[in-house]
Amino acid sequence: MSGFAFHRLWAVVLKEFIQMRRDRATCGMMIGIPLLQLTLCGFASNSDPKHLSTAIRSADQGPFARTLVAALRHSGYFNLDHEAATEAETQRLLQLGEVQFVINIPEDFSRKLARGEQPTVLLEADATDPAATGPALSALNALSATVFNRDLTGPLAGRRARSGPVNFSIHAHYNPENITQYNVVPGLMGVVLTMTMVVITALAITRERERGTMENLLATPVRPFEVMVGKILPYIIVGYVQVTLILLAAHFFFDVPMLGSLPLLYAVALLFIAANLAMGITFSTLAKNQLQATQMATFFFLPSILLSGFMFPFRGMPEWAQWLGSCLPNTHFLRIVRGILLKGNGLAEITPEIWPILIFLAIVMTIAVKRYRQTLD
Amino acid sequence: MISPMPATDLAIDVAGVTKRFGDKTVVSAIDLSVRRGEIFGFLGPNGSGKTTFIRMLCGLLTPDAGTGTCLGYDVRTQQRDIKRHVGYMTQRFSYYEDLTIRENLDFIARLYAIPDRRAAVERSLERLGLQHRSRQLAGHLSGGWKQRLALAACLIHAPQLLLLDEPTAGVDPKARREFWDEIHRLAADGLTVLITTHYMDEAERCHRLAYLAYGHLLARGTVAEVIATAQLTTWTVTGPALPALAARLRGRAGVEQVVAFGNTLHVSGGSAGQLDAAIAAVRTPAHEWTRVRSGLEDVFISLMGGAEDNFS
Repeated sequence: MSGFAFHRLWAVVLKEFIQMRRDRATCGMMIGIPLLQLTLCGFASNSDPKHLSTAIRSADQGPFARTLVAALRHSGYFNLDHEAATEAETQRLLQLGEVQFVINIPEDFSRKLARGEQPTVLLEADATDPAATGPALSALNALSATVFNRDLTGPLAGRRARSGPVNFSIHAHYNPENITQYNVVPGLMGVVLTMTMVVITALAITRERERGTMENLLATPVRPFEVMVGKILPYIIVGYVQVTLILLAAHFFFDVPMLGSLPLLYAVALLFIAANLAMGITFSTLAKNQLQATQMATFFFLPSILLSGFMFPFRGMPEWAQWLGSCLPNTHFLRIVRGILLKGNGLAEITPEIWPILIFLAIVMTIAVKRYRQTLD
Repeated sequence: MISPMPATDLAIDVAGVTKRFGDKTVVSAIDLSVRRGEIFGFLGPNGSGKTTFIRMLCGLLTPDAGTGTCLGYDVRTQQRDIKRHVGYMTQRFSYYEDLTIRENLDFIARLYAIPDRRAAVERSLERLGLQHRSRQLAGHLSGGWKQRLALAACLIHAPQLLLLDEPTAGVDPKARREFWDEIHRLAADGLTVLITTHYMDEAERCHRLAYLAYGHLLARGTVAEVIATAQLTTWTVTGPALPALAARLRGRAGVEQVVAFGNTLHVSGGSAGQLDAAIAAVRTPAHEWTRVRSGLEDVFISLMGGAEDNFS
């Protein structure tokens, strides 16, 4: 054996670079994935989520009530975009996840405040994700001490001090103890399914093509549809095994409450699994080799974690990120799982989250079938 | 000697078959008929369109132009029927390396919905002497065994036509001979075989041949017919300093090929008169010149040279 020779090392280095450059898609991904990650983590992530959807139910139209509402708006945490008249309405908004908070101002608010009786404002929060509600609630406490300083002048100045002129009573719905696992463990279901289902099927057809078995398959009477569905079906079962494992772990290890119907969850999971499998199949008809297929799957997987509301509170993300996130099936599946498990949602409540997954499935499946047909001739 | 059969007994009967990929014509207006029970050899340089032509025959590709039938089914519209009755062995081993021999055969048998599948798989294992290896992973087989497996798999649905794309590439001579014995047995039972190869000894084991270059069919017929039609004259020469002699011969008018075979040179040309004149110019008593029958290889190289001028 002769020792180390630089020219041999260099030969290998050069060859690697040439091969890297030839594989355009891989090259693109090597640049694209870090850029994507930077953009998503850097700009979309927000551990201090603001502008959270809030519904206001005000029984008092007095000046103090208006001041309070204005102050909440100015704090930046509350986006007062819903108004509710009845309690039933506010409960529905919370249940559907349309709003993060409901603020209830009682009818004698202004009168009590003027009398120095410390009126109570009830703030209800959807606390499924503690990360989303925490900072807003802290801000609220800070705000309550100073909010009426401008209004409480002259004879009322004496009402300023003390422990604050208003008493905020906070009612954390769905996850009152703010246990992070309650939010993360159900969320993991969507993430795990996305990761495995997309990657496995992304390789499915690419592998057949790369190994040359595709040509053989096409020469037999088997139809493209049969191949595709035949490849998807086994993984639906795998997906269900994963769902079951996560549910078992959630129940036995993390004590995650399961308020809603598990059969409903299993039924919706089928739709979500199918959407991911279809995505994977589409990738595998687009990719030239297995490496590209894996990279495409990663490209899909990253936003599915980062923009779906799994990693960061969804409503705390900038609008463009929310918009992107809404296109991903995982975003809707997370809401469904959390809704069913933590809020006890039924079919009626989760329907708004089902149809985006259906649309996604339809679009992606169309692309997959179209692409697969083209590879025949 | 194959007795002439009526036209209805043609396994393959196509005319004007053409395939283009983009603006490149890969197969250009090929007419071909192959009789049932015939072993038909398909020869031609790499990239001459042999594989594309075979893919059109077995329904994998649709011809851009041309008409014809394969086993009586239209090659443009009845591809599904063709697939049911044709066995196609791809150039590259294309069964599942992570399945065992038996699992591979079983999978293919299921795709064709073969009645009494187990028995069919068993018969197929037996015929190819694969029973004792049936539980071995296909990926662990040597080249010769992989080829046997591939043959077994494409025969499992009892096809009437076998399309073999370079089945013996990279297989040792003994395994090749066994393979050809099997092909002849199958043909004797009435199976039609279309086979592509680069080996001249294999070409000579076919009943009839066709030679394809640059997508054009340049010659067809029995070995003797192909050689006769080519009208190629070949001389052999032995003696001292053959490389120097070869150098002097090359480039002379009438000399198409000068090929060294060990201690002999083969000198061929399309025009006997021109070739004789060229040889006379370099002929010395030191060398022994003999006129011989042209070989198949000489003919094919000559055809290819001509095709290069005409079509490339």
